[in-house]
Amino acid sequence: MRSTWRTLDAGLLRDVAAVAAGAAVSGASFGAISTGAGLPWWLPVVMSVLVFAGGSQFMAVGVVAAGGSPAAAVLAGLLLNVRHLPFGLAVGDVLGKGLLPRLVGSHLLIDETTAFALAQSDPRKAKAAYWSCGVALFISWNVAVVAGALIGRTIGDPAAFGLDAAFPAALLALLLPALKDRATRHAALLGAAVALATTPFLPAGVPVLFALGGLLVTARQEVER
Amino acid sequence: MTLTAVLVLAAGTYAFRLAGPLLRDRVELSARVELLMSTSATVLLFALVATASLTKGQGFAGLALPIGVLVAGVAAWRKAPFVVVVVLAAVTTAGLRFVGVS
Repeated sequence: MRSTWRTLDAGLLRDVAAVAAGAAVSGASFGAISTGAGLPWWLPVVMSVLVFAGGSQFMAVGVVAAGGSPAAAVLAGLLLNVRHLPFGLAVGDVLGKGLLPRLVGSHLLIDETTAFALAQSDPRKAKAAYWSCGVALFISWNVAVVAGALIGRTIGDPAAFGLDAAFPAALLALLLPALKDRATRHAALLGAAVALATTPFLPAGVPVLFALGGLLVTARQEVER
Repeated sequence: MTLTAVLVLAAGTYAFRLAGPLLRDRVELSARVELLMSTSATVLLFALVATASLTKGQGFAGLALPIGVLVAGVAAWRKAPFVVVVVLAAVTTAGLRFVGVS
């Protein structure tokens, strides 16, 4: 573990800090929106610590705020989080060996940590990137949710700050090196097209899973490494 | 939203997360499957980029959001520092909204 932190360089930490800052503003707005929807201040806080998946949290609270049942909220949230399973299959080995790193590290498996780990070519750097991003986001997200829940609606809409653009932009920047590979790029483009085309007709979370159909274009691809 | 609902969502999400690393441990993955897994993750994340940039709910997100992501994407492609890319996305989208482009 200690050697993992030593692998961290200033550039990586700066990149992680940029993503963590964006997560903090989203977290604050999640806390504010939740209490605004009538939840007691501690409920979004417990949710953020235990679920730690922003998209599904916004969705679950949104479903309930729109008059849906808690069961519907849970179902929608879970549907959105199914993608964590293939994420774990892809980057599961960067968590570290042993049961404890794996149990703790799994909780930090989110879009950003997966993208950060995938963006590193060296396994040691991938591990450092995964853990630093995971720990930084866990802290910034949860502290911000507490602040947002306590301060309330004064924070307003994160869309006004353009923060809804920061998340996809950060992911895109991290994915660019992987997209240089022809087969991967074709699969990703086809997958994105499928996801976009099915979004109007399917519940949230499912279109992104359908994007895996894009892998069909790599079916005949030979392993090159 | 109830505490029970939160706990069920948390347990289910954690199960999805733990399944990958544990499954990896059980089965020896061939180089072919390794590659397929990392490509899958890239495909999923890229689909997330596309839907998060272009859609809101089940409809179109408006112009400000995809333009912000596009500007950031070009900056990243031209090797701009990561922080610049992220800030550029937010500033572009916020600026467009400020001047009335939804």
